[in-house]
Formats: sequence, C-alpha cells, structure tokens
Amino acid sequence: MDFETVIGLEVHAQLLTETKIFCSCSTKFGGAPNSHTCPVCLGLPGSLPVLNEKVVEYAMRMALATNCTINKSCRFARKNYFYPDLPKGYQISQYAYPLAEHGYILLEVNGAQKKIGITRIHMEEDAGKLVHDEHNPVSYVDLNRTGVPLIEIVSEPDMRSPEEAADYLKRLHEILVYLEICDGNMEEGSFRCDANVSIRPRGEQNFGTRTELKNMNSFRNVQRALEYEIKRQQYIVENGGAIMQETRLWDDAQGITNSMRSKEEAHDYRYFPDPDLVPVVVDGDWMENVRGQLPELPLAKRERFVRDYRIPAYDAGVLTADKALAHYYEEVVALCSSPKAASNWVMGDVMRFLNEDKRDIRDCPISAAALAEMIKLIEDGTISGKMAKEISEEMYKTGKSPRDIIAEKGMIQITDESVLTAAIQKIIDASPQQLKDYRSGKEKLFGFFVGKVMKETQGKANPQLVNNLLKKMLAG
Amino acid sequence: MELNRLTIHELHDKIKSGEVAARQITESVLARINAVEKRVHAYIRPLPAEALAAADRADADIKQGNIKPLTGIPVALKDIVCTKGIATTCGSHILDNFIPPYDATVVEKLRNAGAVFVGKTNMDEFAMGSSTETSYFGVTRNPWDLERIPGGSSGGSSAAVAADECIASVGSDTGGSIRQPASLCGVVGLKPTYGRVSRFGLIAFASSLDQIGPFTKDVEDCAIMMNVLAGYDPRESTSVKMDVPDYRQFVGGNITGWKIGIPREYFIEGIDPEVSTAIKNVVDVIEKNGGRCVDISLPHTEYCLAVYYIIAPAEASSNLARYDGVKYGFRAADARDLLDMYKKTRMQGFGAEVKRRIMIGTYALSAGYYDAYYKKASQVRALIKTDFAEAFQKCDVILTPTTPTPAFKIGEKTDNPLQMYLSDIFTISANLAGIPGISVPCGFTKAGLPVGVQFLAGHFEEGKLIRIASVYERNAQLEKRRPCL
Repeated sequence: MDFETVIGLEVHAQLLTETKIFCSCSTKFGGAPNSHTCPVCLGLPGSLPVLNEKVVEYAMRMALATNCTINKSCRFARKNYFYPDLPKGYQISQYAYPLAEHGYILLEVNGAQKKIGITRIHMEEDAGKLVHDEHNPVSYVDLNRTGVPLIEIVSEPDMRSPEEAADYLKRLHEILVYLEICDGNMEEGSFRCDANVSIRPRGEQNFGTRTELKNMNSFRNVQRALEYEIKRQQYIVENGGAIMQETRLWDDAQGITNSMRSKEEAHDYRYFPDPDLVPVVVDGDWMENVRGQLPELPLAKRERFVRDYRIPAYDAGVLTADKALAHYYEEVVALCSSPKAASNWVMGDVMRFLNEDKRDIRDCPISAAALAEMIKLIEDGTISGKMAKEISEEMYKTGKSPRDIIAEKGMIQITDESVLTAAIQKIIDASPQQLKDYRSGKEKLFGFFVGKVMKETQGKANPQLVNNLLKKMLAG
Repeated sequence: MELNRLTIHELHDKIKSGEVAARQITESVLARINAVEKRVHAYIRPLPAEALAAADRADADIKQGNIKPLTGIPVALKDIVCTKGIATTCGSHILDNFIPPYDATVVEKLRNAGAVFVGKTNMDEFAMGSSTETSYFGVTRNPWDLERIPGGSSGGSSAAVAADECIASVGSDTGGSIRQPASLCGVVGLKPTYGRVSRFGLIAFASSLDQIGPFTKDVEDCAIMMNVLAGYDPRESTSVKMDVPDYRQFVGGNITGWKIGIPREYFIEGIDPEVSTAIKNVVDVIEKNGGRCVDISLPHTEYCLAVYYIIAPAEASSNLARYDGVKYGFRAADARDLLDMYKKTRMQGFGAEVKRRIMIGTYALSAGYYDAYYKKASQVRALIKTDFAEAFQKCDVILTPTTPTPAFKIGEKTDNPLQMYLSDIFTISANLAGIPGISVPCGFTKAGLPVGVQFLAGHFEEGKLIRIASVYERNAQLEKRRPCL
C-alpha cells in the first residue's frame, strides 16, 4: 500500500532573558545545584509569580517572525501534575488563550515553496532537573532551571516526510537564533522537539492515529526517529494491526522508539486560568515597537544575497545559515568587492578551518578585512591562488595579515618575464630527453615542465605566465 | 489599668504622651496570654521573647521621638502569613516544620509601622473551615462561651482580640474567614477589596478569593490597620496600583442621605430570631442617623454557595499540590517509591476537610467535568459580580447579617460539612465579587453571644464601610461588655 506520512512538531525553545519568567533569579546554565533559586521559583508557600515582560517581548519577536497573529489579550494557565522537579505541583503555561496563533513559515520542497502552518506560540516556565545517583537509589532535585522562560511553538500537521520535518526544525532554529532570543543549543536542551506522526493511505483525507515521539536531541535524531516510527506504523498497518495512540521515547543507541505511556495513562492536566497572574494585554504600540526591532530574517537575507551579490542560491543558503557568518561575508564583500570570490573563500577554506577546530565564526582568527585584502592580492596578481591557500592557512594559524605573511616568507609572485624565461631555459637545457619526447608528441610532459619551473621558482612563478612562456619555448 | 484591654488609638496616645512604655503594653498582653490561653487557645505559637525584644526596640524608637502608627502595639498574626525565621504552619501537620525564609508583605508593612508581633494564631487547616476546629493544633474556644467555636477560619485571630490577648490581629478571608469569626467573637473585622492588600506571603487557599484584613476592637482601629496593610505591591500581580486614602478620615462624620441596600435574598428563613432582631435594631440606628434603607435584589444569591464550593476547592486543589513531601514540611516515612511517598505524605499530612476539598476541586477541574463545573461556576460568578455592580447603582452600601446564627457549639457541625458551609452564606458573595465587607458588633443574644452586622460596598470603597460602621458604632449605644474568662 502507498502511504502518506503526516507530521506535526512541538518545539520548546528556552529564551535568552537574563532572569526567569516569574522571578528575578538568573537563567544561566550550570551553576551549583539550587544556587539560582528564590522563594518564588522554589514554589515556597505564599510566594507569587510576577511576569517578566522581556519574556513577552521575546515571544512576540518569534510570533511576528513566523507570521502569527498576536492576541490582544492572553492568559497564563496552570498545568497540574506531580513530579519532584516541579516544585509547585503545576507548571505555569498558557492554554485556552495563548500569546499568538495562525502563523506559518516557508520551506523549499522540491524546488517549490511550501507553507508550514504554526498553530500557536505560547509562553511557559521550564521545570527543574533530577540528578540520579548512579550508585544509590537516590535522586536529587536541582531547581536552577525551574522558571527559565520557554516558548512552545506548535506546528500544524503539515509536514509529509522526515526530511521536511528536519528542514522545518532547522528553519525554526535559524529564526530563533537570528532573533537572538534562543541560543539553540540542543544538547543543553535550549531547543527541544517532540513530534506527532501518523500515516494514512495516500489520498485519504482523515488523519490516522498518531503517536507522539519524545527524547530526540538533535536534528538527525528527529529525522531518524521519524523514519523508524513511520516504518513501524506501516508494518503494523500492513499486517492488519491498528496504531495505538501513545507517547513513545526515542532510543538513540538502539535506533528504535519504545512505548512510554498509552492514551489511558496520559495525564489529566486539569488546566485552568492561573488566578495569581493577570491577563497579558498587548497593545498595538508595543507590538509595532517589537516589530520595528526585528532583524532581517534568514529567508529575506538569502534572497537579498542572491539578488545583490549574484551568488548561487546554494552559496546564499550556506552563508545565511548563521547570522554571524552572513555578517562576516558581507564585511568581506564590502572591502574587496568580489562577492563570488569572497563566497568561495568563506565557504571553502575559512569554514573548513573553523569546522576542523569546531570554532565559531565569531572567533575566527582571520578578520574579514584580512580575508578581503588577500582576495584583492590574488586579483591584482600579487599572489597566485595556490600561494593564497598557503597564506590563508598561515593567517588562520597566526592571525597575521596576508601582507605580513608574504613579506616574511618572500612569497611575492614572479611576474617578470625575463626572470621566468631564464628559469624555463635552465629547465629545458637540463632535460633534453623530455624535450625530445615532448616535441615528438608526448604532450603530457607539459606538466612535467610546469612542475620543474615551479620548483625552480619555489612556487612563486605566476602560473598563467609560466604556461604561456613554456608553451612558446617548448615549441621551439 | 489593664493596658491589654485598650485600643490602638488609646495606646498610641498614651505612648505619645509618655504615659506608658511599649514594654509595659507587651507585658500586659503576654500576662493576659499566660492567664487565659489555656482556656481559649487562640495561638498556635505565642512569641513572648520576640515580642519583648520588639517592644524594647519600640521603646528605643519612642525615645528618639520616632513614633509610627503602630509603634509598640501588640499585634497577632494568623499562622497563614509567612514570618521570616518563625514557623508558619497554616494549621496543618504538613507544614508543621516549615520555617519561611521571608516575610509576607503585610508582615513587613506592620513591622515597618512599629507593630510588636505577639504570636501566630490558630486557624482552620489551610483556612478551610468556619469554626477553627479543623486545625491540626486543636480547637480555639470562643472567649464568650468556651463551649462554643470562635468562628473560622481566622478563629484564633478573632478570639485573641476578643479575649484581649492582643490589641489587633490579622486574618485572611476567602469566604468569610475574617467577618464570620469577627461577628461570632464580637470584634470588628474587615475584608478589603480583592487587590487592595498584597497576598505576597499569604499561604494560598483560593487565590482569586483570598484577601488579608484586620481584626480590631473598634472601627477607628480598623482604619488605622488598613492604613498600614493596604497598597500596591510589585511582588503581587493581582494587587492594584491605586492610591490608598487615609482611612481615618472616614471615621465618624455622617451618613446623611446615604442609601442603604437591604438585599431581600439575604433575609431568609433559617436566620436566628435573635440575629434578626439585632439587625433590625441596626437598621433603626442607621435610619435615625440619616441613612435611608432601600429594598434591593441580588438575584443570583442562591448560587453563591455552590459557585464558591467549586471555585475555591478547584483553586485549592492546585495551590496545595506543592505539599508533596519533596522540599519542605512533613514527609511520610517508609515510602516504597515516589508515588507512595506522595500518597502517604498527603494522606497523613492533610486533615479530612482539606482532603475533601482537594478531591472536590480535582474533580471539578477534570477533563470532561471542567465545563460543567469550573467553567459554569466562573460564568455564574460573573453574574454575581454584575448583581453587585447593579445594586451599587441604587445604594451606597449594603447591609446584611454577618452570619445566620450566633456561635455554635464545638463539635455541633463537624459531622455535617453542608451545615458548616451554610454559616458563610452571607459572607461568600463579597469574595466572589471581589468587594469589601466589614463585620461590626451589633449586640448580644440573651445567652450572651455576640452578633455582628455586615456592610458591603463597591470595589475600593473601604472608606464607606469605615464611615457607616463608625457612625453605627458611635450611635448604637451598645452595652459595653467583656467576656468573663
């Protein structure tokens, strides 16, 4: 049977506010257990929450960047359940009245744009963490993370393949990081994703029974878990079985999903409006103010790079995947006015160096100005491309300017024809057999002569010039 | 002279004139506590050492000429407001070892105004009750008749004022927990407008209904206490940013031309005849002093109790979820696993009434029942608010009995929760509507039990309540009595 996959994603993103959502404790990751806590985030009797307005502002940025409608008034609600990392016995979240609804983002699927709907974006507080003793049957509670602000971004069931899901996640991630409201660190849990997935016979209008997947901490794992789960569901259906609505956990080591709890075991969260907090009213001025501060978003930047710099869409995609990288690229272009050469160098050597060292572009030892200078030196013939490879490596290692490296190593390209002619003549004189063979038709030997000349000139000869002169002189 | 019998304003004058020292006042109150506390049991925890130290600090301030409104005045706190470094139990086993690391806003305010805290008073467990019988720490007795309950849930605070075991006290009112015990103990009790007094540090029962307020010996003291307690608190989202008037300006004056609403739905069968008589006398006094009584209707009155007993337990079921044995308070021993620890801790840590309300509330919020219960109750609550808004178009204040009967006997209603709930029938509506209400003594039954009258006003109209209550108090010519202990 031919099946169609239906996927919807729920993303939790930790916001980069200095302080927690309902108290003034620090949100910094790490720190001694329970050192970032106060009566409010510990949920001590009598303590009360007060909303951090920065959280609303950050959440609004995401809502506007994903084309959502921001509700004029929204409310916090309590999600009630018992767990030791949840000190109040409820999580303050939003339920019936979320901050924003009805948005979308655009993906490129098979060369065409596809809209993925965003059902809602709401604000909530994070829970704490349990630390389990490896040797004793004891668990410790660390409430540093309790009350760190989150936004939950719920998509429509609009994705039709694991690749689309992964792509959607990457785009969402990119936007969050561009907006500077989330550091996007999946390993530390600042960007988390749950997936709802079902299958249905192609052409069927109704959705199949879905399962919810949890515990996937990388883009790759989201895709792998979905691929596995789709196969699992197809196997069941093809063998006459029925899918159970349940929550399943991804087991990374085994590459499978396992049932965590069935629908019957699902919590009844008993949501109700939190009486300790008043409705959040977002007036038009506030919204326009936030809108006015939005940076250029990845998609717009990509389109502008293609349009203004005339670089391929692929290059634009790579360069804009990271806002700092895009900024670096633009700085280089501004100083050397060679967009394509700049793109090649940034995407090529610079990114290779950084990737090898797992370094961020912000820490790149080659400044944009230095790279631009090097590109200009290539273009005016001062150095060859080959020399530039060597120079760039040295620039990365030492942080020195290309001119300093060239001076130190005496790497100026030889473009003086008389010097090159003399060098070539020396080689020809020393290789009578090869010359004879070449002249009798073994044209492959041309490379042999080029190599010898480059060696003779310690690689400083202008290759183009060597080629021209050598051709002439070998011909006799 | 028994200083403990005096009011705040009387003592304040004596302190100012140098006639008495703060230490003398506190010693007088502590002596009274020693003398009668065994019989009354108003306190869970008297604080004699802390009180004397605070009194000495007050005397040092007085010497410096630094006399604030409550300097040297012994005040008792219901054990539901958090006190830094002093155990705060909420009348529950589950919190009997909880020592807050912070002060409630009202505690800070009272302290800053010079108050001397003499103890933490008894209360129904988590403020759930109308008789102070559900306290884990034993029942408080009504100073007017030790066989009877003092009302609740702030029964310790009302009894302490009535028995002169403090000069004034603080309670909390979720469905009548200040006004009802004030009425049954013959003292003045005011529940402010929701949002007028910060709830920060008040251990929550039902967050949308809870409000802190004072118990005092007269209306002027009530105004003095309100001047200290009221005001916006940036730590409390539902507290309202609004100027606080000097409530003392409303003491005395006149009510000429005021229209007094008499809600027909409140004068029902089941009101004790002696209570009815006392209320009729209040009406006479008010009319003689220029007030004009008008018949009004609060059509949704019959739903108040039902709405309250859905909303309050629903909020409570969530508010009390934090008492799980994980972080503080009581934790049951011998739990097999996490779930077992939760179950045993909560089973052993909470009393029967608290568990009853947690179950009612959990049920009312459950999937499939939310719409029928919580949501419906919230809708009716809005109608009840509208009732009052419309009523206050026609009158300045509303007059009702505070309670349908005088204090009942200890144990009389403990087996019948519904009967117990009915004792709050006249007070609950003010919490649902968020409006202020005051209970003022209006006489005694033949058996010598106090009766109270309740006045209700529109949002933030506490001034009107103080005005009419003081006009009544000054003109009622009630016989001055004290409980014989």
